[in-house]
Amino acid sequence: MARTTKRKAPRRGAAKRPAQARSGGRVVVLVATRKGAWLYHGDGSRKTWRADGPHFLGHIIQHVVLDPRDRRTLLASAKTGHLGPTIFRSTDLGRTWKEAAKPPAFAKVPEGQKGRAVDHTFWLTPCHANEPNAWYAGTSPQGMFRSDDGGVTWEPLPGLNDNAQYRTYMGDEQGGTPDGPKLHSVIVDPRNPAHLYMAMSSGGVHESRDKGRTWTPIIQGMEVVESFDPANITFHDPHCVRLCPTNPDRLYQQNHCGIYRLDRPSTTWVRIGKSMPEKVGDIGFPMVVHPRDADTAWVFPMDGTQVWPRTSPGGIPSVYVTRNGGGSWKRLTGGFPERQAWWTVKRQAMGGDGQDPVGLYFGTTSGELWASRDEGNRWTCIARSLPEIYAVEAAEVV
Amino acid sequence: MKVVIPGPLLSYTGKREVEASGATLGELLGDLDRQYPGFRFRVVDEQDRLRQHVRFFVNGEQVFETDTPLRPTDAVQLVQALAGG
Repeated sequence: MARTTKRKAPRRGAAKRPAQARSGGRVVVLVATRKGAWLYHGDGSRKTWRADGPHFLGHIIQHVVLDPRDRRTLLASAKTGHLGPTIFRSTDLGRTWKEAAKPPAFAKVPEGQKGRAVDHTFWLTPCHANEPNAWYAGTSPQGMFRSDDGGVTWEPLPGLNDNAQYRTYMGDEQGGTPDGPKLHSVIVDPRNPAHLYMAMSSGGVHESRDKGRTWTPIIQGMEVVESFDPANITFHDPHCVRLCPTNPDRLYQQNHCGIYRLDRPSTTWVRIGKSMPEKVGDIGFPMVVHPRDADTAWVFPMDGTQVWPRTSPGGIPSVYVTRNGGGSWKRLTGGFPERQAWWTVKRQAMGGDGQDPVGLYFGTTSGELWASRDEGNRWTCIARSLPEIYAVEAAEVV
Repeated sequence: MKVVIPGPLLSYTGKREVEASGATLGELLGDLDRQYPGFRFRVVDEQDRLRQHVRFFVNGEQVFETDTPLRPTDAVQLVQALAGG
């Protein structure tokens, strides 16, 4: 499956620094699919990729994440069509895996009450750098869990999962996305481990300043589907929220209804997607932020018209980048098919590495894995014919 | 009693037929979990409901509740129930 890419001359507008100029480590692209997981190991210049997989063939893998604190530990959220959800953990970069002793599960309710059950763990986030072995998980239906032992055992956050007000924001289990309502985009403020953000599809964007014991909605400025009441938090459908590493007071969001930016301490989102080309629109799923430049972010627009095809508008795939905080957007298509490519890229299926220039990666539901090592100017398909891709994470290992 | 294990759970038991005990289906699954850690949560959710796509048969009859009584001579079979891609 691994492919060797040919070196191409830089295109106009490409990043000026050489692709192999800086190395914070070797890049591994972690690919979660509907039928298993793959790890794509890049060489030092990110030109060639070695496929390692499948891991867990036949399992539905929602997310594979590397612990950046040790650069060795991987967590993978898994289930199969038949079996309940679990978490697998590797401490040797995927050579061996061990199942969690206590996967995320809601508290059991008293006899006669209808309790919730975790269908799948959708999102995994390593906690703060000063909290080694601690992780958060977001689930479907919406719930949040924490592990303090590297993912071996997980405990629910009752301040969210059992909060009556928040249960109304979550809606019922028939609501949310076609794959079930989800809690995602769990973000830890790099300055303060108690300061968290998370988002729910549906159910809005929320903030906690006490490690998840209490939460406050942040939905001002976010739009909802026409004719619905934006004051009703249940109607808000954030698809992906990202925090800028070099300016943790800035967040970007790709929403069901547009692209937004939030600069704290403000609590009002600004719809920066209004500056996208009108025929493309500002609907999509993933959002990627630059590791060192808070004014730079990337999106992958989807067709959100009529019945919501959720494919590249017009069958012409494009990545869009802003270099000025959403004031304007530039279309990036180098290497993509020019027509008849009806790609869908899910909210977890696009990410970037920490190299200079930044490498970008995304996977399609049609099983193609694409990479750019010049911040999106030129793209190369590094794998085809994978199962439906659910998540792509770019990690750096020693 | 004899318990027949479906393919998706062989990674836990390593064999198609295992021995386990319990006065109810819930107790039987508890014993299987003691022998094969992690087994129970893959087939029963946190509210003690049998998961949707695993079917439980006792002496050829399908059962639906974890409090179903069992005798030592019963034969229990777990079957995967899923179609499509």
